[in-house]
Amino acid sequence: MTRHHGRGIASINYPIGMNLGGDPSQALVHSNPSGKFTVALSSIDLGQGMKSVTRQICAETLGVPVEDVYVDTADSDTGPHCMGSFASRGTHRVGNAVMAAAREARGVMMEAAAEELEVNAADLETDGRGNIHVKGAPHRSISTKDVAIAAQFKQGRTISGRGIFLVPLSDVDPETGEMSPATCYAHACLVAEVEVDDETGEVSMVRMDSAYELGRALNPRLVEQQLVGGAWMGVSHALYETTEPYYPNPAHGPRDFVDYLMPGPGNICPHDIAVLERPAADGPFGAKGPGEMCANPVLPAVANAIFNAVGVRIDELPITPEKVLRAIKAQGGARPQPRR
Amino acid sequence: MAKTALQFRHNGRDVAIFVDGGVNLLLALRELIGDMTPKFGCGQGGCGACSVLIDGELHLSCLTLAETVAGRSVETLESMKDGPNLHPLQRAFADNFAAQCGYCTPGMLMAAKALLDRNPQPSRAEVVEAISGNICRCTGYEPIINAVLAASASRARA
Repeated sequence: MTRHHGRGIASINYPIGMNLGGDPSQALVHSNPSGKFTVALSSIDLGQGMKSVTRQICAETLGVPVEDVYVDTADSDTGPHCMGSFASRGTHRVGNAVMAAAREARGVMMEAAAEELEVNAADLETDGRGNIHVKGAPHRSISTKDVAIAAQFKQGRTISGRGIFLVPLSDVDPETGEMSPATCYAHACLVAEVEVDDETGEVSMVRMDSAYELGRALNPRLVEQQLVGGAWMGVSHALYETTEPYYPNPAHGPRDFVDYLMPGPGNICPHDIAVLERPAADGPFGAKGPGEMCANPVLPAVANAIFNAVGVRIDELPITPEKVLRAIKAQGGARPQPRR
Repeated sequence: MAKTALQFRHNGRDVAIFVDGGVNLLLALRELIGDMTPKFGCGQGGCGACSVLIDGELHLSCLTLAETVAGRSVETLESMKDGPNLHPLQRAFADNFAAQCGYCTPGMLMAAKALLDRNPQPSRAEVVEAISGNICRCTGYEPIINAVLAASASRARA
């Protein structure tokens, strides 16, 4: 009875969103007479931070303070259509739609400001603090609030914009069948270190080290939060979670949180994360999506670490103590592999 | 069915309600008092989302018969409310990104408050132990542990 130490590595290439063309999301942006802006979406933020990120994207595109933008979302009755929050698509697809809508709204806002300042709209710029002024002449200025009031009550304009992002359909080469299933890929590499007890078959996490390349991190703290929480979910899938432990036999399936195993705060391990930023050509401000991919490399890395520790290959998830123990017995004992 | 009169202190305020026999404290708080801060997660003591303090001790309100709190003091997350001011634990949770979907957060905050009230300078292992009855799906626990330790450190400086 020994606790064997093992290390495993995995790299992933992760396509953002659904593939093969399409996967649309829409956004509408409009100003209120107060000079604040509302973004209407029906995309759901389950806590990943999409509301924050779309707010940042809208504010940056409009050239107004982030405090002046409100994101109204998650109502599919009143919001424009969205395919949904999955496949790491929120920042990329919805972000692009918001950017397009904000760009159109900005155009109207600049036209309205130009009319008030009696200049050409092309000569105007935003200062990011809620003002629009003539380039090179900051004293020739009007606040976005005054522009909104003028547009609403004097000019009869709606400062608003529509946006949609639709992935172009990829051409298929008739000879080879080759095509581009996705337009945007993120990448990750993760090293997992585990300890495997050859008497009980239990696997415990020792540490993880990872590097994620996910385009520009529009909100670095939210990205970090996704990567930390997502890696935990990866560990959970790798070692604990299942609704049908003896699939297709439904016996012994969990019925509640007491039976359904997940790692608790005592089962987590140190995780060192490096974020590499290589802006995506078709991402909003270069962003890809750090959602689902943050769980993915953990599973193969943990499976490889278990092989490294005791020499057994488990190819069914989750890698329970029972599976590890049966595999160790079947090969006549633990066979630790060389460390590289 | 006959209802029973029940009086107790709710976040420092005396309250009186009529409860059906067998009603649990979580339902009494949410449906009769109107305090929605304790969350219904599993209803059987498996997740910790409904955690409250009874006479300063951490309890699962879904497993507590409402009638057993007669004459006692019940504290929920609502007790941390102080106008626009965040409680030091709430501030630490925000600063450390310790919430994503937020459903476990009320229970986590009550578990953390119970710990810091009796042990203002806990070790990391003691924080882990204190929140081990609370399930979080989003954060991976690390940010929550860090938040509780940060709140403890800020209290030590104050």
